[in-house]
Amino acid sequence: MAVLLIAEVTGADLALDATAKALSAAKAMGPVTVLVAGAGIAGAAAAAAALDGVTKVLAADDAAYAHGLAEPLADLVVGLAGGFSHIVAPSTASAKNALPRIAALLDVMVLSDVTGVVDADTFERPIYAGNAIQTVKSSDPVKVMTIRTASFEAAGADGSAPVEATASAGDKGLSAWVEDKVAASDRPELTSAKIVVSGGRGVGSEADFALIAGLADKLGAAVGASRAAVDSGFAPNDWQVGQTGKVVAPDLYIACGISGAIQHLAGMKDSKIIVAINKDEEAPIFQVADYGLVADLFDAVPALTQKI
Amino acid sequence: MKVLVPVKRVIDYNVKVRVKADGSGVDLANVKMSMNPFDEIAVEAAIRLKESGAASEIVVVSVGVKQAQETLRTALAMGADRAILVLAADDVHSDIEPLAVAKILAKVVADEAPGLVIAGKQAIDNDMNATGQMLAALLGWGQATFASDVAIADGKATVTREVDGGLQTISVALPAIITADLRLNEPRYASLPNIMKAKKKPLEEKTAADYGVDVTPRLSVVKTAEPAGRSAGIKVASVDELVAKLKDAGAI
Repeated sequence: MAVLLIAEVTGADLALDATAKALSAAKAMGPVTVLVAGAGIAGAAAAAAALDGVTKVLAADDAAYAHGLAEPLADLVVGLAGGFSHIVAPSTASAKNALPRIAALLDVMVLSDVTGVVDADTFERPIYAGNAIQTVKSSDPVKVMTIRTASFEAAGADGSAPVEATASAGDKGLSAWVEDKVAASDRPELTSAKIVVSGGRGVGSEADFALIAGLADKLGAAVGASRAAVDSGFAPNDWQVGQTGKVVAPDLYIACGISGAIQHLAGMKDSKIIVAINKDEEAPIFQVADYGLVADLFDAVPALTQKI
Repeated sequence: MKVLVPVKRVIDYNVKVRVKADGSGVDLANVKMSMNPFDEIAVEAAIRLKESGAASEIVVVSVGVKQAQETLRTALAMGADRAILVLAADDVHSDIEPLAVAKILAKVVADEAPGLVIAGKQAIDNDMNATGQMLAALLGWGQATFASDVAIADGKATVTREVDGGLQTISVALPAIITADLRLNEPRYASLPNIMKAKKKPLEEKTAADYGVDVTPRLSVVKTAEPAGRSAGIKVASVDELVAKLKDAGAI
């Protein structure tokens, strides 16, 4: 049993929270080697080597891996796969893109969004937008999976594993990076924030999302949105919380003007404390909220921002 | 250019899901079934490419049970030209795994030689998010997943993708696989005349055995359970009370 954990790399930096959480899941399956692939990733490799319980870090430093394209990354991982019983990555957009490709090249199934490790062959994962949790046993020789990070605590960073350079597998040029449009923000990242303030259709406009952002900034929180708010153009796509957006489990989740469709609940119902502010007292969000306030968010959110 | 669109018959997204008492899965008997919403977006994307002149023919494919022909008829009514149903299961409760579906689709692609495959990014039943990427791997094609915008020109697709930090644009050489995210388009409804016309469009039936693909699952279900419930808490009467409760709970 040996695990290859594919670290999440953003730009040239290690996405520490996502990688450290996936590491906690990976450690339950065997000794963990971490692969850091990117361009100019010496610092990211060193950060991965400092995570607790890592046996070794493989650093693949090549322009082919600079933008997380699935095809070169999959070729790299398949070349390294011999000797590993498990190939694991956090459930990020880039891993969800690459891991099924890796699995198919190895002629094995992929397990997406694993939320629990029962034993080395048996895993729990949500299906039907989290309306059921399925325990599945894999008969494949190699288990390829993405880990839902909200379900695991982050591993510590007191380790000192050796870093070894690994050769690039090159780029066949099937796809090419054109540009990234990433909004710079001083707010915490949505999936690792302790507090998330989210807005829904009830916010009514992109301009009024400033109310949600104002409360978030007062709390040092990340900003989230329901699918309805994103589809309406009130908020960017990377703020979406839900079945097809991000899954979050912060200490405090404040839902403002969100009705609580099951697809949204799938992304936030594991939050420790849920607050719902909605003027419709029949809104399904109140059925999962610890504290519900039936009020117009345009009155309640500014008042809340002022009073905390 | 021919465009191939795989579609899946899944539980309707408005239906409340119930776990079967024996824990083998979710109850799908006598439940409303529909086309997977992401696949509707993929079909719509293909139709728009045909309307713009970038595509010449749209072939829709479904792998599963006999009843999936209804799903294919829906796609034909939206505007697809012809359909292929690959029978791979008798029981509506057997879900064919993405790896097996991708293997069958790879054979269909070999027969049909499309210039582009557009799939939904995930099915809302098993939430695997895998078939498109697996098909790309088996064909050795490039992939552009989670697409919110697609432009075809000069033998390439320029695709804007929804990623964690925002949006990423990549260019993939054709033939390639694109998987559709929510905001790629808003699928049209089939009109009654088009539903009638769709009944006359060709629908070919094949079996997994015709393609020589073994659909034996790699994952066996140990159990299926309802998630841990979350009960409603309390209603607070005012912002002041809410602030007091959150302070008492140590949340702020």
